[in-house]
Amino acid sequence: MKTTLALLTMTAALFTLPAFAADTLFADMGGQPGIDRLVDASVDNYLADDRIKATFDESNMDRVRAEFKVQFCQVAGGPCSYSGHNMAAAHKGLHLTNADFNAVVEDLQAAMTSCDISFATQNRFLARLAPYQHQVVTR
Amino acid sequence: MRVVLGASVLAVLLFSQAAFAEDVSPGMINFDEGRLLATGGVSAVEGEGGGGLAPWALITGYGTRDGVGVTLHHTYVGLPDYQLITPGIAVGLFDRLELSYAWQAFDTEATGAALGLGQGFTFHQNIFGAKLKLIGDAVYDQDSWVPQIAIGLQHKENDRGAVIAAVGGKGSVGTDYYVAATKLFLAQSLLANVTVRTTKANQFGILGFGGDKHNSYTAQIEASAAYLVSRKLAFGGEFRTKPNNLGVAKEEASFDLFAAYFLNKNLSLTAAYVDLGNIVLHDHQDGVYLSLQAGL
Repeated sequence: MKTTLALLTMTAALFTLPAFAADTLFADMGGQPGIDRLVDASVDNYLADDRIKATFDESNMDRVRAEFKVQFCQVAGGPCSYSGHNMAAAHKGLHLTNADFNAVVEDLQAAMTSCDISFATQNRFLARLAPYQHQVVTR
Repeated sequence: MRVVLGASVLAVLLFSQAAFAEDVSPGMINFDEGRLLATGGVSAVEGEGGGGLAPWALITGYGTRDGVGVTLHHTYVGLPDYQLITPGIAVGLFDRLELSYAWQAFDTEATGAALGLGQGFTFHQNIFGAKLKLIGDAVYDQDSWVPQIAIGLQHKENDRGAVIAAVGGKGSVGTDYYVAATKLFLAQSLLANVTVRTTKANQFGILGFGGDKHNSYTAQIEASAAYLVSRKLAFGGEFRTKPNNLGVAKEEASFDLFAAYFLNKNLSLTAAYVDLGNIVLHDHQDGVYLSLQAGL
């Protein structure tokens, strides 16, 4: 009986905990200045990466950077509302492969490391981006 | 011999890939190395992609759904009274199907002499594996609780049928079937796997299949958990239950504590403390597990 009660309490705690836990990811990534630095470092990496740089041939990179900065802020739980392209529309016609998606992830990981974002924090952020794979990879 | 053949085939494939790397046309084998570091797991003791003791639902190597991956491994297990050496090769096709082959040599050292088999009497096993990913993606599906799920089989052929029969084993050939579920809890940097295997194997098949006490398939459970310390390093533990079919020797569950280091997508090293419990005449067979994997 006591065990059942303890289990129930634990289960309830597990389900309610995320709802009440403060979302610290935006702060842990250095707030908007940290996000801005990260986006610039990651875009620099994409443009230097032979595997994916051609993807941005037709892009206005100033606009891409600006959109990423708002989007990353929103994904990290910051006070931003991304109103740019939705992910499926933005990548439609690019015919990106899974390998392309992962190349972006690797470049982003390298950028996060260069911005002194801890590995555990990197994974919290990547966990929120990972499901975009379903919309981005179309080939 | 088969290992040498496998290595030769691999070398030819690697060479042809390098020669045409600039122009991968349809029909060519595309070793895209497009998956993320460590997402193929390591090579488990029976040759498939997994942890050390358990198969995982992950497909070996770094090929994406558009490519092919291949891994070669060599594993050593040193126990107080026995030693296991097992090299192997595995191919991952389109992040969907995995085919593996491992050769195991289990050296009974002084125990062989004590049993009248001779010093250093060695059991050999060929293990042919196949694994098919059914649903889910352990890495990308971070917005869902559904794990990556795969089914697989391991067909094992042991070369010591006479000894196996003498200790009460019912066969020298057997096939295990399993279902594996793997989930990466990325926000927590944790990976978890649960595998249910139905098997008749005694000591992984080294002492044959079925026995005088039990001669039917039983379901066994295998669980693994790993914490990702960095992109290159993971610490974890595993647990695997086994049947207890033979009257002459009790068989116990096994577990390990491991560290896996991924130098890059081409090389990883796994070091573990492993405890296989009682193995014929000797209790508490615990020791070191070392496994080197090379691939792409």
